[in-house]
Amino acid sequence: MAQVSLNLNGKAVECEVDEYSLLSTFLREDCGLTGTHIGCDTSQCGTCVVHVNGQSVKSCSMLTVQADGAEIVTIEGIADGDDLHPMQAAFREHHGLQCGFCTAGMVMSAIDLLRHNPAPSKADIRAYMDGNICRCTGYHNIVKAIDAAAKEMAAR
Amino acid sequence: MPDGTEATGIGVSVKRKEDYRFLTGQGNYTDDINRPNQTYAYILRAREAHAKITVKTDKAKKAAGVVAIFTGEDMQVGSIPCGWQVDSKDGTPMREPEHPPLAKGVVRYVGDQIAVVIADNLNAARDAAELIEVDYSPLPTAVDLMAAAHAGDKGGALVHPDFGTNICYDWEIGDEAEIDAALAKSYYVTELEIRNNRLIPNAMEPRVAIGDYDKATDHYTLYTTSQNPHVIRLLMGAFVLSIPEHKLRVIAPDVGGGFGSKIFHYAEEAIVTWASHKIQRPVKWTSDRSEAFMSDAHGRDHLSLAKLGMDKTGKFTALKVNTIANMGAYLSTFASCVPTYLYATLLAGVYTTPLIYCNVKAVFTNTVPVDAYRGAGRPEATYLLERIVDKAAREMGIDQAEIRRRNFIPADAFPYQTPVALQYDSGDYEATLQHAMELADVAGFPARRKAASEQGKLRGLGYSTYLEACGIAPSAVVGSLGARAGLFECAEVRVHPTGSVTVFTGSHSHGQGHETTFAQLVSESLGLPLDAIEISHGDTANIPFGMGTYGSRSLAVGGEAIMSAIDKIRVKATRIAAHILEEDVDDVDFDKGVFTGRKTNASLTFGDIALAAYVPHNFPHDELEPGLDEKAFYDPKNFTYPGGCHICEIEIDPATGETTVVNMTAVDDVGRVINPMIVEGQVHGGLAQGIGQALYEACVYDDDGQLLSGSYMDYTMPRADHLPDFQVATETTLCTHNSLGVKGCGEVGAIGSPPAVINAVVDALYDLGVKDISMPATPETVWRAIQSTNLKAAE
Repeated sequence: MAQVSLNLNGKAVECEVDEYSLLSTFLREDCGLTGTHIGCDTSQCGTCVVHVNGQSVKSCSMLTVQADGAEIVTIEGIADGDDLHPMQAAFREHHGLQCGFCTAGMVMSAIDLLRHNPAPSKADIRAYMDGNICRCTGYHNIVKAIDAAAKEMAAR
Repeated sequence: MPDGTEATGIGVSVKRKEDYRFLTGQGNYTDDINRPNQTYAYILRAREAHAKITVKTDKAKKAAGVVAIFTGEDMQVGSIPCGWQVDSKDGTPMREPEHPPLAKGVVRYVGDQIAVVIADNLNAARDAAELIEVDYSPLPTAVDLMAAAHAGDKGGALVHPDFGTNICYDWEIGDEAEIDAALAKSYYVTELEIRNNRLIPNAMEPRVAIGDYDKATDHYTLYTTSQNPHVIRLLMGAFVLSIPEHKLRVIAPDVGGGFGSKIFHYAEEAIVTWASHKIQRPVKWTSDRSEAFMSDAHGRDHLSLAKLGMDKTGKFTALKVNTIANMGAYLSTFASCVPTYLYATLLAGVYTTPLIYCNVKAVFTNTVPVDAYRGAGRPEATYLLERIVDKAAREMGIDQAEIRRRNFIPADAFPYQTPVALQYDSGDYEATLQHAMELADVAGFPARRKAASEQGKLRGLGYSTYLEACGIAPSAVVGSLGARAGLFECAEVRVHPTGSVTVFTGSHSHGQGHETTFAQLVSESLGLPLDAIEISHGDTANIPFGMGTYGSRSLAVGGEAIMSAIDKIRVKATRIAAHILEEDVDDVDFDKGVFTGRKTNASLTFGDIALAAYVPHNFPHDELEPGLDEKAFYDPKNFTYPGGCHICEIEIDPATGETTVVNMTAVDDVGRVINPMIVEGQVHGGLAQGIGQALYEACVYDDDGQLLSGSYMDYTMPRADHLPDFQVATETTLCTHNSLGVKGCGEVGAIGSPPAVINAVVDALYDLGVKDISMPATPETVWRAIQSTNLKAAE
């Protein structure tokens, strides 16, 4: 077992974890943050994307001990109280989700995209989101939502 | 009228009620559920496709953290049943193999369940599974579909040797001699050999099952990722585990996509439920993706030979189809009806073809069971038909749109009886074709093709004018065809004393947005704001017996049940209002949530009536019981028949063989649209799956039955950069036999689009000499096809 201390959605967390515990499992099982999902076992699907020190990371591809000292933000930590993050709001407005299972990863990746590229073209969006699989929406409305969120966030 | 009602009824793109919880990480999926004192199950699966096995668990049982290990010898329970009996053309019933949840001495596909290891945590269960010794004595393996179909007395591998054949049934519809004669007399006959590629559904949420036996009450609860919890309760309780329904509760909470793959009763559900009783602790099993690839039912997988006869003008005279359909190693819940009643009955499509014959041989192979996947039989029929129509047009020298027009069932010919059992109620195929051609700018295609050609690219345009049958289905009809279940739907509309409403529905939403669409029905009918309405589904303890969601039936069948219950509410509420207003019932009008007496012009709101029903001081006790809570079961009168036109434009880079979809247009007639935003979203998703089948997705087994496409590294899931923006629109003819006029929209995208894509690829390559291409048209497939024509040219 190993001791980790990290900042999770703005709160300090100290925990004892198995050395081989994956960050995705730690978030779900030890922290009860079940908004982060696990959709594959080859780091391909992107349903488990969270932010580690401001960068999007597939949390299934990182050991919890590697997150020691890190600042982690999950889907549960991006809204401002009752106000949805503009990316969350845009997904709702443009029907960018159906079953909801890939949604957390999509939203977290999309926020990261805009940090790197605040004014992406639709082709940029499609290329960047290539690490997140959705089986429901055909991506049309996800792309539309991200495009709208980019414009909304730029206007703020 | 209550505030906000105008914008929440039928036809409005209301934003979804369910989105907030999903967007904030507060969904409640099965894997998010943990029970006190829970254990974790790991399923040891077969590594060989067909073998006798001996299993030794002694060492594993002693491993740290292990609570119990069970094999097929331990789990003596019933067989996992198939829900539909199909008889062969000679009248004999289909061959149904025993399907034990844990294999008994023989495994029949890679992924077959051998043992369950239950431990205090998942890692301990996995580690212990590695200590189980399985001795495999390999048996001959049937993988190739054609070879499996011909195995028998003269040799060849048999999946179930006791049967002496791999044929499950040999079924037909139509008069073969009559159709042969008609083909012989036809001016021209087009022939097509065609494969519908095997797919792996891949809902993003892997399957999960938690069994929880409570000794105090002698009750079982199963939490499971299901599209139809009551069906699971019936199949597992009555057939596999012999648990009476009043002792068994099945809960399917938020479910992360299904596409058919979560209709079926799976072994793991029975295993965890049974084991939780054995060990007297909850047992949780969560599939990982690798397991999902080799244990979720697969889809499609047909081999067909088709002949289409025509007269001089290109009018279709007769169609003959011989199909071999892969069942996999066992019969999954609805496997048998998919290539028969959901396939061959669709072979008329949108055309007036007067004579149709279809023979289907269902064949066992040493592969994962095959069952319904988005469209289920109808995509296979549509692909075959729209490919052979495309080929016929080319061979007859008739324009692609024109040959379709010449054969369309005219808009004034409904109701239209097809030669393959179905009676279509409504449609206007010319209108959807015309609309799609305008949206896709077909007129501008030659110029775009020329421009692409100047860049060294090959452009193609492909059509698909399709129809499907959904809203499955009249119980009496499907019963006469072998269904072992009714296919009604239930609803309970419970009005609370202060006027808010909870609807309990047997339909199950796993992405379709029922919480919104169904609430719109209530809002429209009772004049209530959406936030006064809640839709409840997925728990057999709450809802009346429901049949669940598949075959685009939720609105056409489940929605109708809700409407029937609402009608009962309105009738009773009006009688209560008449009593209080001291009016005759016939003199009370109900509009937008308000009851008004014609004589007195006095009014009461729906909330006033609700309160009066539960605080019945001034109440017509002589004629009515207190309360306002009504239930309805709706059994459809016919299938519904959505249809439309999909037009695909692609561009191929001949140097790499890569195909890019540059434009995908879909104009669909799904009947009345309740929420256009949700309907468009359903079509988008279906199109992505259809394009996925046409260009990217392929389930591949090697000759030994090893699954080569067993992960996202090997099986191409369509990603955002594989797909274009879609152009979708609707044309509406109303369903004539349900009150809402709705037809269903969940599957149209996946049914209509694959032939449009492949017809476009063939269109791009035809002048090079490539006359056919198989799905998926991957860069390698297309590149090889181009190279083969280069080689021929060089000869």
